[in-house]
Amino acid sequence: MAILTSSIARKVAMALSGLFLVIFLAQHFIINFTSVLDPETFNSLSHFMGHNFVVQFIAQPILIIGVIFHFVMGIILEIRNRSARQISYKSYKGNKNSSWASRNMIISGAVILAFLGLHFYDFWFPEIVHKYVESHPVDETRYYTELLQKFESPVRTGLYSLSFVLLALHLWHGFSSSFQSMGWNNKYSKALQGFTKFYAIFIPLGFIFIAIYLHLNQ
Amino acid sequence: MKLTLKIWRQKNSKAKGELKTYPIDGIEGDMSFLEMLDVLNEELINKGEEPVVFDHDCREGICGACSLQINGEPHGPDRLVTTCQLHMRMFNDGDTIVIEPFRAKAFPVIKDLVVDRTSFERIQQAGGYVSVNTSGNTIDANAIPVNKQDADDSFNAATCIGCGACVAACKNASAMLFTAAKVSQFALLPQGKVEATERVLNMVAQMDKEGFGNCTNTGACEIECPKGISLENIARMNREYLSASLKG
Repeated sequence: MAILTSSIARKVAMALSGLFLVIFLAQHFIINFTSVLDPETFNSLSHFMGHNFVVQFIAQPILIIGVIFHFVMGIILEIRNRSARQISYKSYKGNKNSSWASRNMIISGAVILAFLGLHFYDFWFPEIVHKYVESHPVDETRYYTELLQKFESPVRTGLYSLSFVLLALHLWHGFSSSFQSMGWNNKYSKALQGFTKFYAIFIPLGFIFIAIYLHLNQ
Repeated sequence: MKLTLKIWRQKNSKAKGELKTYPIDGIEGDMSFLEMLDVLNEELINKGEEPVVFDHDCREGICGACSLQINGEPHGPDRLVTTCQLHMRMFNDGDTIVIEPFRAKAFPVIKDLVVDRTSFERIQQAGGYVSVNTSGNTIDANAIPVNKQDADDSFNAATCIGCGACVAACKNASAMLFTAAKVSQFALLPQGKVEATERVLNMVAQMDKEGFGNCTNTGACEIECPKGISLENIARMNREYLSASLKG
């Protein structure tokens, strides 16, 4: 099954899983941003996301599989690519022909992976324990308070912000690159590239803004 | 011009190579990079030393024989030129120039700066052709109308000289730009459409078999390509490959 194992198939798989995560990121940002605009809206949206059957038992597992797939495939590709040049150059000027972001997706990806570990530790695991292990009564107003508590620490706020900078670099190359991988390179590509670059800055910057806003509004 | 050359010397494919330093003087700005190496080799021969082995043929930038990673870039710091067309005026008096062979698992070093690029030929043999009847009743290619844009894009793809700079520049040692150019030059023409499905599947399979890395769209290949082969060709090959795979 060459379609599943060829280099192009792997590129397309990375592109599709990446685009799926890009869409998820936008949705996550919109919900988070409501915490700045109106805590009540944030609470009700968070409650909906945490208790809706489709979100919890269909969308969430797909998302987790998508994240794991993207990371595992990224690591497999990195290992294969490194083995394609066993003796490295004594002098190699990658900065003359390509961007740092494009050459170091594995580094930005690794930081994002580490961030996800922290993020799961902060939000996902406590939520699972709260709902399914300790079986607390339903409280639709707890989400904003819990969110504020997480951003009390300046270290945590700093770590989150730093991770979003790396996310911006990852998106800077990855978002537009995914269209090229799927064979999309035509007269609309320039406009699309402009949009992807805007997205790569706007969304992470928005997340940083939310983190700092919550830290300062304790 | 006085220069210090640091050149990769390796006796054979199995030997361990190393960078050796050679001071050189009297280099003119109008000399090509290969002429500068000729001067060095003459000096080495006169001293009874082994000359530096490097690939070259036409010295007009059209054959794809010359290679060399010069100061960290394939074909050196100039753009849209091969090493044979790179002039020494691109360097300054007193510069140190590091000269290495193109590096990739699929381009093993034969000796010094010469690498085995027959992996490219095997990719071509896997499908980089159009089967035509040559028994005397061949139809003139001009008899088939071709859209101007397609003809231009096909011609541009066909200007790939197969030098391997794309592989050398790519951090993943990927041969996607070369393979894409060879797929594109036929995919855009009516004569090439008949074998399009087998062509792209077989050429990509051979490319993977040779041990080249995966493309991660850094764009380094396009920047360093002496013929300016565009990344659009890679997107086209990806489309061709996906549609060929779905056809079976």
